[in-house]
Amino acid sequence: MSSPATIDVIVTHVVNVNSLIKRFHFARLDGQPLPAFSGGAHIIVEMQDGENRRRTPYSLMSSPLDTDDYQISVRRDDQGRGGSLYMHQQVKTGMQMRIGYPTNLFSLDKRAPKHLMFAGGIGITPFLAQIKQLIATNGNFELHYSVRNQELGAYINELAQTIGNRLHTYYDDKEQRIAFDTLLSTQPAGTHVYVCGPTPMIEHVLKRTAALGWPKVHVHYEHFAKALPGEPFTVQLQASNKTVEVGENESMLEAMEAAGVDAPYLCRGGACGQCETNVIEHNGTLLHEDHWLDENERVSGKKIMPCVSRFCGTQLVLDR
Amino acid sequence: MATKACDLPFRKETFRDDFTFRNSPETIKRAPFPFDKDSYMYAVNMELHKDGRAGTAFENPFDVDEHYVAEMQDRALVLNEDPLRCQSLPHMKLAGWDVLELLMTHKASSYPEWFSLTRDGNQWHWINRPMGIDQKFTFGDETTLPYEPLEYITRQAQGDFCVLDERDGNLWMDAGIVTTQADWSLDFDIGMNFFEWHAPVPLAHEKGIFTRALKYLLTIQQGNPARRLNWTMTVNPRLDTSPENYHVWGPENIQITPENVGEKLFLRIELQSFWRLPRSNAMLFPIRCYLLSMQDLSTVPKWATRMHRVLQTLPPEIASYKGLDGYRDIAIEWLSQFDNGAPTSSGSYPD
Repeated sequence: MSSPATIDVIVTHVVNVNSLIKRFHFARLDGQPLPAFSGGAHIIVEMQDGENRRRTPYSLMSSPLDTDDYQISVRRDDQGRGGSLYMHQQVKTGMQMRIGYPTNLFSLDKRAPKHLMFAGGIGITPFLAQIKQLIATNGNFELHYSVRNQELGAYINELAQTIGNRLHTYYDDKEQRIAFDTLLSTQPAGTHVYVCGPTPMIEHVLKRTAALGWPKVHVHYEHFAKALPGEPFTVQLQASNKTVEVGENESMLEAMEAAGVDAPYLCRGGACGQCETNVIEHNGTLLHEDHWLDENERVSGKKIMPCVSRFCGTQLVLDR
Repeated sequence: MATKACDLPFRKETFRDDFTFRNSPETIKRAPFPFDKDSYMYAVNMELHKDGRAGTAFENPFDVDEHYVAEMQDRALVLNEDPLRCQSLPHMKLAGWDVLELLMTHKASSYPEWFSLTRDGNQWHWINRPMGIDQKFTFGDETTLPYEPLEYITRQAQGDFCVLDERDGNLWMDAGIVTTQADWSLDFDIGMNFFEWHAPVPLAHEKGIFTRALKYLLTIQQGNPARRLNWTMTVNPRLDTSPENYHVWGPENIQITPENVGEKLFLRIELQSFWRLPRSNAMLFPIRCYLLSMQDLSTVPKWATRMHRVLQTLPPEIASYKGLDGYRDIAIEWLSQFDNGAPTSSGSYPD
């Protein structure tokens, strides 16, 4: 399980969606069909960025039933560790890349009589695939999509054409806001809520649904943490008997992999729990950035998620 | 040239009434013997389900053996008597198509001489030579098949199949076909979650086995199926040991004697695998049953020795849960003739 199966692909198109977002299309290198997937799934894209091998999750936005063409959209992040910059600057049509099999941590509940969707900015991508799936199965849904301004409102025109009045758009620069409380108070019984977007938006929906009495299991969110750049540090891997330097622009997991340690992972965004690692000892601060460990586990100082979290101190020993 | 039915290596036999089921010597040796050491305890004994060594039940992802056609005839008899052995809750339709695709594509690529699948978009053509089936249909349109997709394809595949929906960090038994089971009922378990349907198992809950197993299962993704082996024992080579039919097979549990134990008592092995399904994100959980009589086991000295030691040291709670109390001592006594006390080699394959 530590090394998920991968697929060799070729980049068939790179499309400028707007000034911040590019769309990438992949087909299988051997010409065979790609695996079908379910709306909300993501793939890990491997990038050989000089010395660094990055593996970054991106939501699939193409139709889950289209096995010839996978599509992802990447928003450029000038302050990030360089993954999105690599995609924007280095990846060209015709390039060969490697991706993981689709994995879904943001699946539709197929029993729901209605799906209420909240998207913020680039968080629209998993909904694009889910909506194609729901259209194919006559599902009942409604999308509320908040963007900064018209120019950055990716895919609004396509959505307006395909889903018509089931799309509701909100522009920050026109002071338009989603009326969460009204919407969350007027849904038919059994509705499921889905949210993907900036952290404050996700946290707001979680808070309001709880306050308004929504069952927890009817509220779904896609929350990939990003592996952020940070101060370099050193980690000792006791089981592997190795000491690894983690550089400013690499994650702890990437540094372990570069040292030849076969560490488990699945989402690489602090969401799935697969890379959870026991901390044997440390003398500083564990910088938790994941959405997996609960407050008690964080306070205990005994667990860390190396895909996104970092360390500040001089000694960190992991059971890996 | 078309293969004639009489050229195919499938036995004509029964799993009820006169019990004409027999294993050939080759089939005995390729069985997935479940004990890798001389004792048994519950564990999260999962591993990747990769194509295994040639000449074993692990060689292909969905094993087809000499009992295939007869097992499918037995399944048809069970379904005819009790249609509730195959059920699917309404939200599992998409998963049914996923199962059909998975089984057809694997069978056609593993056994091209027996199965073929031709696809032109959604127009599919399926040929199953051992069962004499030639079916053209539209993928995604169940009106073009004689049964719902799940039932259609699992009437042509050995073993039981449970289809588990993933929701709320749990797995739910929301569809399946169950006719070759070790005393459990799909009709009873349908709609239950992973902890609910495992509730009757002794000792394992306290050891945290199910919490860890679920955590592992939820991370299984497309392209990386996993498997584990489970086991129990059955009197007579009966596939359908269901709670619904307990009145038929229950009384047989007290018919084992020192004279008939070799032929009448069977080790029942379950090769369980776990597959993430693409369109539905559901999990397919096939449970394939292999039957080996004590006599069959005695043809592989290491296995007979090990079976003897496992039964001797088995915790009483597990023996009772598996229903072995009526014949365990008789089996131990009979198997002792194959145990000379010497150590067995590691692993579970024959020497």
